[in-house]
Amino acid sequence: MTIAPAGTSGSLEQDDSRSDRLVLEKPRTRRQRPSSQRSGTNFEMYSWIFMRMSGLLLVVLVLGHLLIMNILDGGVNRINFSFVAGRWASPFWRTWDLAQLWLAMLHGTNGMRVIINDYAERDGTRFWLKMLLYTSSFLVLLLGTLVIFTFDPNI
Amino acid sequence: MTALDDRPVSAADAAHVTTVTLKIRRYDPEVDPDANWQTFDVPVEKGDRLLDALHHVKWYQDGSLAFRRSCAHGVCGSDAMRINGVNRLACKVLIKDLATKEGQEILVEPIKGLPVEKDLIVDMEPFFEAFRSIKPFLITDGREPTRERLQSAEDRARFDDTTKCIMCAACTTSCPVYWTDESYFGPQAIVMAHRFIFDSRDEGAEERLEILNEKEGVWRCRTTFNCTDACPRGIEVTKAIQEVKRALIFRRV
Repeated sequence: MTIAPAGTSGSLEQDDSRSDRLVLEKPRTRRQRPSSQRSGTNFEMYSWIFMRMSGLLLVVLVLGHLLIMNILDGGVNRINFSFVAGRWASPFWRTWDLAQLWLAMLHGTNGMRVIINDYAERDGTRFWLKMLLYTSSFLVLLLGTLVIFTFDPNI
Repeated sequence: MTALDDRPVSAADAAHVTTVTLKIRRYDPEVDPDANWQTFDVPVEKGDRLLDALHHVKWYQDGSLAFRRSCAHGVCGSDAMRINGVNRLACKVLIKDLATKEGQEILVEPIKGLPVEKDLIVDMEPFFEAFRSIKPFLITDGREPTRERLQSAEDRARFDDTTKCIMCAACTTSCPVYWTDESYFGPQAIVMAHRFIFDSRDEGAEERLEILNEKEGVWRCRTTFNCTDACPRGIEVTKAIQEVKRALIFRRV
């Protein structure tokens, strides 16, 4: 068991003794957060919110992407170098693709991180699986971003 | 929300004795370091509960069978076990709902995720430790009032559902996250925190929310609803967990 006995000082006896002390607190002040004992970050909460928000955005981005690439105007048959170059001439589509790349990669990586946390039982396994995950995600993100920013239609 | 089985049992049904087979996961470290399955044929009546069948085994067939039970009427929460793969109280589940055909086996295992001590008895200490860590007692500031702490009926209704917990551990030990990660608080601790966080008389909400905001707190919940399904008191456990998440995001109780 590794649950931090978070503030075990809160036993019932000590709770009683607290009311004997003459401390004049402002009425209805919020109690101090016991954050000194813990990490104090809201990382897990933000990651949870990020998954929901990015998921919603990705539904729009990815469905739009699939529609353009596969269905509209002849679909996959018209995709070639000049088609891609034509789309990326517009900053709008570059931003679209960049947002899609980053959101999808971060969403997927965070999802994998959560799955590793859920299924890997040993700390060592967890650590190395996550390192592998972060390294590969970083490489894909780096490569994708590089291509979107440095794409040259004249090569 | 408490589930009741009020289907009538006719006198003819009650008198009819059939035989069911219990397949029980036995473990006694003093005899065998490994757990193994043992089957018992037990005569049962239509209205019998699984606990009655376990009693029959212990009293007439094999006295070495170990399991916990106290009140035997679904109130004390001692006899939570994994029955046919799902967590139930042995005193609340009827044989006729488990074995519909004669001779059909009923699987009985200890609840999962806690260390087994013997047969169906597990070490509940990790479970209680998670319970204690969310400070399950009234926290207030200032002087004690000279009279009772009053509360409106609406304020009381806000957390009514989570006051029903009997701490049987059926929810926590049905949680797949808890199975692989014992440092997760587990559904029961969150239910108990919910009971105090949403209590208008209590002022420790901030403190408890901070505890549940930790790495092993509510954000590990994957909303698989195993806990809600397992709860013998019909508490909407997953809903309570989601309400704690919402309180954390909006910082409002």
